[in-house]
Amino acid sequence: MYRGGTGQWAWWLHRFSGVGVLLFLLIHILDTGLVLFGPEVYDRVVKIYVHPVFRVGEVGLAGAVLYHALNGIRITLLDFYPELSPRQRQIFYGVVSVFILVFIPVAAKMLAPLF
Amino acid sequence: MAELSATGGRARPAGGLELYAWLFMRVSGIALLLLALGHLAIMHLINSVDEINFAFVAARWANPLWRLYDWFLLFLALLHGFNGVRVMVDDYVRSPGLRVVSLVALYSLVLFFLFAGSLVILTFHPLAGS
Repeated sequence: MYRGGTGQWAWWLHRFSGVGVLLFLLIHILDTGLVLFGPEVYDRVVKIYVHPVFRVGEVGLAGAVLYHALNGIRITLLDFYPELSPRQRQIFYGVVSVFILVFIPVAAKMLAPLF
Repeated sequence: MAELSATGGRARPAGGLELYAWLFMRVSGIALLLLALGHLAIMHLINSVDEINFAFVAARWANPLWRLYDWFLLFLALLHGFNGVRVMVDDYVRSPGLRVVSLVALYSLVLFFLFAGSLVILTFHPLAGS
């Protein structure tokens, strides 16, 4: 259902980030499962995550989880306190601001080993 | 397509299983704020991908409370993601036949991953594989 504006953007990003995190979760259950095959197998496979391409992927994952968490708080808050709904746009801008404030230092920390 | 509230969330269903699913998304979402963001902070900010190896996992899972933490995270994250995809199948898959196929695939996948993940967390022993 199209409503346009910030709500529509928030919704698309919520779905997109949710699917992305879920796909990684499935991969991550499988890679962690390799601990059952002993240190040689597990260590050889998880070493992939140190590769620069995967470090960028790690930043993407952190961004997706962070956005999904913050926007999830927004949705839940507005569902249980409908009297806040006239301010939903401001709350979305709050989500975006907190996202930027947290994401930049997190991304910097994760990418620092590359420089 | 699922009815949206003004916020871009799914409108609260009137009752029945859908209402429980709707509530579960919000309750598990709140729990996952702590569990998933905590997991990211511990693994990626306090520690990092450079430090995570077999010895790291063995040391961590020596404490049953971390296994419990990870098990809660596994269950809530999988079921939260599963219900999200279930709503998307409702929204996007129109043909009745394809809907059945998608839902059967989805349920099977989730059961497999819940079982496999639980098996790993609960049966891991550091000396068994070496």
